[in-house]
Amino acid sequence: MLNPIHPKHRDENKNQLYTEMKKIFTSFLFSMMMIFVYAQDSVASETEMADLMRDNGKIYVVIAVMLTILFGLILYLVRLDKKIGRLEKEKH
Amino acid sequence: MIMRKAWWKILSVFLLIYTFTFGLISEVPRLPQLQETIRNLYFHVCMWFTMMILFIISVVHAIKYLRNNDLKSDICSRQYAVMGIVFGLLGYLTGAIWMSFTWADPNNPAYASFSTIARDPKLIGAAIALLIYFAYLVLRDSITDIDKKARISAVYNIFAFAFLFPTIWILPRLLPSLHPGQEGNPALNTDDVDSRMRIVFYPAILGWTLLGVWITTLKIRMTLLKEKMLMNV
Repeated sequence: MLNPIHPKHRDENKNQLYTEMKKIFTSFLFSMMMIFVYAQDSVASETEMADLMRDNGKIYVVIAVMLTILFGLILYLVRLDKKIGRLEKEKH
Repeated sequence: MIMRKAWWKILSVFLLIYTFTFGLISEVPRLPQLQETIRNLYFHVCMWFTMMILFIISVVHAIKYLRNNDLKSDICSRQYAVMGIVFGLLGYLTGAIWMSFTWADPNNPAYASFSTIARDPKLIGAAIALLIYFAYLVLRDSITDIDKKARISAVYNIFAFAFLFPTIWILPRLLPSLHPGQEGNPALNTDDVDSRMRIVFYPAILGWTLLGVWITTLKIRMTLLKEKMLMNV
């Protein structure tokens, strides 16, 4: 990650190190914020949610359908992109 | 030939797959009024965020045109505005679907009468903002001279963009509303959006935005191709 320290790159490396440290610190901080959420459990567990769908695995059917639609649309976009690319190349 | 500049397109696809999968499976706050529909944060709200970002890119190109008089910037500006409108309409549509099970459902604690819903400032504000952008398209079509069209519509684009702020962001938060937001930035502050949702929400915004940008770049390339073909004929 750090290059052998050439005087020109020394400041770069320092900045890189500080950026990395900042990133690690910030993500640690955000993950620590999750602790405060657990106080609401008793009211929350009475709320009706789709736990049944998640328990019996049917939620994955929903996900599969949505992903199929997404893939279909993305495939269309990719084809269109390639077609335009081909036309652009022909023009030159 | 492989698609050019593919890395961010592939990133967009992965982020959307992540959104669709973890958007349905991951844990969300269990609120009695919204229940599972709170997951719409990753879809309905993202549509509006994407619209904002696309409009920002559109106005940046409009300003670029005014500085350089390069017609390519004008084409980019128009296409980004069109895609912004598309995402805005999708946001409106998904909002209508969402509200028909929450605000408009008499069995739901969040129920509000039709007149309360129709008076919601954010709905009215968003409608006004979209109408202003529709007028931008009408304005473009009404001028025949290419350079005049580009210049006038670039100026109008800046006005239309500026108008997004009072209509969608400022006034709806000052008035009593069904939408969350009276206390400040609803989607971006730490109180309103649970940290469990943020790990899907932020990548979702990026994924949807990149998809919007991808489609727009395709439209821009097609327009440029059409212009070249017209010139060669």
